[in-house]
Amino acid sequence: MEDLILSEGQYRQLLVGLRVTLSVLGWSFLLGVVLSLSVGVMRLSSNRVVRGVALVYVEFARGISSIILLFIMAYAIPILFGFQQGSRLLLASLALGLNMGGYGAEIVRGSILAVPKGQTEASIALNLTPFQRLRFVVLPQALRIILPPFGNLTIEILKGTALVSLIALTDLMQVVSIIRQQQLANQVSDVTGLFVNVLMIYFVIAQVINGVFRLAERALDRRFSSRPGDLPTLGGPATAAAGAGG
Amino acid sequence: MPTNAPEPQPASEVSDKGAAAVRFRGVHKAFGDNVVLRDLDLNVEPGERVVIIGPSGSGKTTILRVLMTLERPDGGTITVGGRHLYHEEGRDGSLRPAGEKHIRSVRSDIGMVFQHFNLFPHMSALENIMLAPVQVHGKSKSEARALGLELLEKVGLAEHANHTPGELSGGQKQRVAIARSLATDPAVMLFDEVTSALDPELVGEVLSVLRDIAEEGSTTMLLVTHEMGFAREVADRVLMFDQGQILEDGTPEEILRNPQEQRTKDFLGAVFEH
Repeated sequence: MEDLILSEGQYRQLLVGLRVTLSVLGWSFLLGVVLSLSVGVMRLSSNRVVRGVALVYVEFARGISSIILLFIMAYAIPILFGFQQGSRLLLASLALGLNMGGYGAEIVRGSILAVPKGQTEASIALNLTPFQRLRFVVLPQALRIILPPFGNLTIEILKGTALVSLIALTDLMQVVSIIRQQQLANQVSDVTGLFVNVLMIYFVIAQVINGVFRLAERALDRRFSSRPGDLPTLGGPATAAAGAGG
Repeated sequence: MPTNAPEPQPASEVSDKGAAAVRFRGVHKAFGDNVVLRDLDLNVEPGERVVIIGPSGSGKTTILRVLMTLERPDGGTITVGGRHLYHEEGRDGSLRPAGEKHIRSVRSDIGMVFQHFNLFPHMSALENIMLAPVQVHGKSKSEARALGLELLEKVGLAEHANHTPGELSGGQKQRVAIARSLATDPAVMLFDEVTSALDPELVGEVLSVLRDIAEEGSTTMLLVTHEMGFAREVADRVLMFDQGQILEDGTPEEILRNPQEQRTKDFLGAVFEH
């Protein structure tokens, strides 16, 4: 059992790796969500050019191996554009985010299509602008369908972040290799403890992601039931005051 | 082949003020090989209540959907309150296809209530009604709230303001949907089989709301319905629609009691059998 507990120094090393892993996860998630929403909506545009651009992006993002994209970002792009090495974390996030956006856009597109057509028709009849239709009517309902697969996708990205160790970023996985080499130097042959520890760390992060998405789903579902609080009433001093104040 | 001559129409093709609330000229619409509107001419006067009847698949719902811009016609012109819906008029009176902005501006005169309500399920009854006044008409939240509550009271649902559509019965949903449409104060209201999806015992409450709107008299109403009793009661005019064209056009008395066309007789016979 004692073998499963690492030294304080090793945990400190893992913590450094964890921060890189979470940064990469955070940035690529952010980019992935923005790309998913915008490209997912673009895929349904009435403009053929916009639709075409979105489709090309989706096919590239899904069709290119993320590790190759990662190498291109880490090695080819800095040479081409003369970037500093310091931006490698962001470039790696860019690669993973571009990848996530391809899958996410298809989820968003499918979810928007799953919202009944009558919803859009009703919002046309109310004379909402195309953007308002999306913002107030279609997307809030599509979000309910988007969230569960997006949770999965985010966990996929978490696991994908381990790839950045291959471009020499000291993420969790890279730290594991470093510790492993230190252990080998010290003639420690049992790797169980190290790998069980890192497995638990990834597992816990995945569970946190799951939990966050579940909370979001529940918060969203609450919008589909009664509003809490008193019934608003017509007339009376309260309404008059609210009217004057508003 | 149009059989009954439509009402006398203004000779001028140029839109004029105080003109018909709704005017179709040679409107054509086909879905593939299926022609649903066949060079349709139709005039509806301001404040007029017109009931459109006809067999299913005859295109009567398409009249409303084309007017609401949910379907684009293949040809012809439509004016609403004298303004072209799908065209913009040049200085010389020539017509060119209208942009989205123009269509939106004319569309603000029209409202529609749907067979399946199409309420927004993630919003309460009150929020459903408030959406357009706040987002489209720039009303403040408190103004929109007051308007929403007033309308909910009008349709007898004030105590359901905070309920979401999922918590309402079909009849209640449809009354909220009517209130939502009224909130945009349209000059022309379209009702597309608004009682067809309701359980029979819920039809009455919706019809009674429609009756109230009809009695106020200022709103032009186009209704597609199978409720012949209701049609007889509130309609100024009944149009019998079949195969993409108006087959008969007259008062409820004329069309429902004394139809001239065999197809109208057959249709009414089939409806009243049930």
